[in-house]
Amino acid sequence: MEEMLFYDRMQFAFTITFHYLFPQLTMGLSLIIVYFKWKFLKTNDPHYNKATHFWMRIFALNFAMGVVTGIPMEFQFGTNWAKFSELTGGIIGQTLAMEGMFSFFLESSFLGMFIFGEKILGHRWHFVTGLLICLGSWASGFLIIATHSWMQHPVGYEVLENGKFVLTNFSALFTNVWLWPSYLHNQAASMVTSSFVVAGIGAFYILLNKNVSYGKLFLKTGVVFGLISSIIVAVPTGDLLAKNVVKHQPVTFAAMEGIFHTEEKGAEIVLIGQPDVKDKKLDNKIAVPNVLSFLTYGNWDTEVKGLDHFPEDVHPTNISGLYYAYHIMVGLGTLFIGVMVLAVFQLTRNKLFQTKWLLWSFVFLMPFPYIANITGWYTAELGRQPWLVYDLLRTVDGASPTVSSGNTLFTLMGFVGLYALLGMLFAILVGKIIYHGPEPVKK
Amino acid sequence: MEFFWYVVLIGILATYLVLDGYDFGAGIIHLFFAKTEKDKKAITNAIGPFWDANEVWLIAGGGVLFYAFPTLYASSFSGFYLPLMMILWLLIFRAVGLELRGQIHNSMWEAVWDKAFGIASLLLALFFGMALGNVVRGVNLGMVVNGVSTQEPHFFFLPLWNPTLSPVASELGIIDWFTLFLGVVSVVALMIHGANWIIYKTNSSLNGQLKQMIYKMNFVLLVLVIVSLSVWHIIEKEPFHNFIDNPILFIFPLITFVGLFGLFRVRTFKKDGTGFLFSSLFLVGGFTSTTASIFPEVLPSTNTVNPSLTIYNVANGEYALSVGVYWFAIALALVIGYFIIQYKVFNGKMDDVGYGEH
Repeated sequence: MEEMLFYDRMQFAFTITFHYLFPQLTMGLSLIIVYFKWKFLKTNDPHYNKATHFWMRIFALNFAMGVVTGIPMEFQFGTNWAKFSELTGGIIGQTLAMEGMFSFFLESSFLGMFIFGEKILGHRWHFVTGLLICLGSWASGFLIIATHSWMQHPVGYEVLENGKFVLTNFSALFTNVWLWPSYLHNQAASMVTSSFVVAGIGAFYILLNKNVSYGKLFLKTGVVFGLISSIIVAVPTGDLLAKNVVKHQPVTFAAMEGIFHTEEKGAEIVLIGQPDVKDKKLDNKIAVPNVLSFLTYGNWDTEVKGLDHFPEDVHPTNISGLYYAYHIMVGLGTLFIGVMVLAVFQLTRNKLFQTKWLLWSFVFLMPFPYIANITGWYTAELGRQPWLVYDLLRTVDGASPTVSSGNTLFTLMGFVGLYALLGMLFAILVGKIIYHGPEPVKK
Repeated sequence: MEFFWYVVLIGILATYLVLDGYDFGAGIIHLFFAKTEKDKKAITNAIGPFWDANEVWLIAGGGVLFYAFPTLYASSFSGFYLPLMMILWLLIFRAVGLELRGQIHNSMWEAVWDKAFGIASLLLALFFGMALGNVVRGVNLGMVVNGVSTQEPHFFFLPLWNPTLSPVASELGIIDWFTLFLGVVSVVALMIHGANWIIYKTNSSLNGQLKQMIYKMNFVLLVLVIVSLSVWHIIEKEPFHNFIDNPILFIFPLITFVGLFGLFRVRTFKKDGTGFLFSSLFLVGGFTSTTASIFPEVLPSTNTVNPSLTIYNVANGEYALSVGVYWFAIALALVIGYFIIQYKVFNGKMDDVGYGEH
């Protein structure tokens, strides 16, 4: 049983991590692409249209990867988590079916038109198809996070005698207190990823002295979008989300912050330190006194409950992993705000394109929003453990009863191999598009 | 409510079969018939803007299955674990083959993705036929050994094959002669279907040759259908009892045979789309006849200990099923709208759309 659960979880974690490399870019990027197309319609400057085409090519490749790695996610609920699906399908089946019907059809019908149909459609309708794809991908994110929010904070349900969850209130799924902060947090984080990618490619072109006019356009657009979105990630959305966790999952909060012992007279905020779960302490800790109490409750001296306050069978199963995931996410999020503030400051002084060290930073920062997004999701998922449905259904009770660990390991290896191949092909092709660059505007 | 969602589910899956069916068929034609670069391009252009949206019908079917019949979803997806994972991998190869081929102009690169697309399409056609075979044949629900269930009554697991390849053995497998046979029927039917789509959407030089092929393969298909009808009683004792009890259901086999016999006139059709219409009728008729033959069962039990899964013992709660009707109606209206727009924009022959060129 232990081994079976381990492979089931590994497979889900691996496939969802790989999958989420793509939608986090496409959701945000679709908005930036629509912005470029809109600017073209307004200014008639062909640079904007060529920029649209360039990012559309990168978008299409990412979108295709997102689609092919997304289908295994929908299947895995049934294949590897059959018991979970049987018991909760009455509720999460609803939101997942809606995702298919409302967003996948929208995206897939118009993607072909967006990519190949500019000549047939004309610029105005081409802009509209872009907008529809953007809408579809944001709707998809919404319904996934509605599903996720129900697992974190179940609402509108009733549990039958046979253990099955049935829906009693449809609209409760969409007014869940967990949903809106999570959704906006996630979408803003997706904007951060795409802003850093657009800005990073822009900085790369400027430094390389290649496609410089596009480089400047990309960098400028990236930092403006980036500043707004990286702030939204922290306040209000991140802050609201943390307060939700404190209120509804206090044991998760304690593990995230690395608080082993209840701190009655105000809790310190841990910046760095390695958790020693066995001896219930943090090694090499650097912390600021009372700040956590203030951030959480607006009061320097409020008590914050530690892990010792809760029975061990409800402790998150991977406390160190959760602690690191959370700290990496927060640390990077803070860094992103700092870099974007500096960049916009330099932009307003007309010095951004000459600030070499900042340009270099943007090139090297490109992978980090991906890490922040992934660790953010790890925080949410590890934080929910040992539950699948918080406080109601344990992860150990959700796996497929008839699929042996050997079969799951077999398919896990298959996915690792296949995704390694996909990853390499993707890297080659994206590299080729970036190297080729946007089409120069004919004078 | 259960019946409503059953009709929706069968409708979505039949639509998937017709739409992605032509993609698989086009892939098989691409594999065996397309020799020149021009023909290969014509074929990929004919499905290029559509395959992605077509595949969504499968995802929508999975979503509706999960939502309306969660127990069936849980039972069948975990029980058919290995073939489903392989279908996923094949779908990935099919998609990658189509999308990546045009990205680099190099003969080896193109050759690899041509084969990936073609072989994945062929195997998918085979697998989906076998999947239908597995469902109508039924499975050992509850994994009964010596009259005792070893699992909950609605769970099971099937290995890929059993040593005897028999559909009536006590230890069943995914692949037996019956399911394999239905797989072959599916490959032949989809090959004809794909050829009809290519004739409809392109001016490829293959069209004349494809019409001849359809004519010949249609005889093969007729023989296969007759043989399958004559062996069906081996896996299902009274395969026609539903039809005899409710003669209205004969409409489904009737559609099948209209499609099948109509195709014998393929060489004289005036409009290029007529053949596609008839092969669509055959596919929809064949699929619905098969599912109607076991209704209200959706996954028969091969043992006497545990009851078959029917639409009534696997369904979601009444409230959840009713509330879904509202959003589903809205979504369906939108989907039909997209569909019309999509086919209007990419109306007519597709030879020169330039699919896959970036």
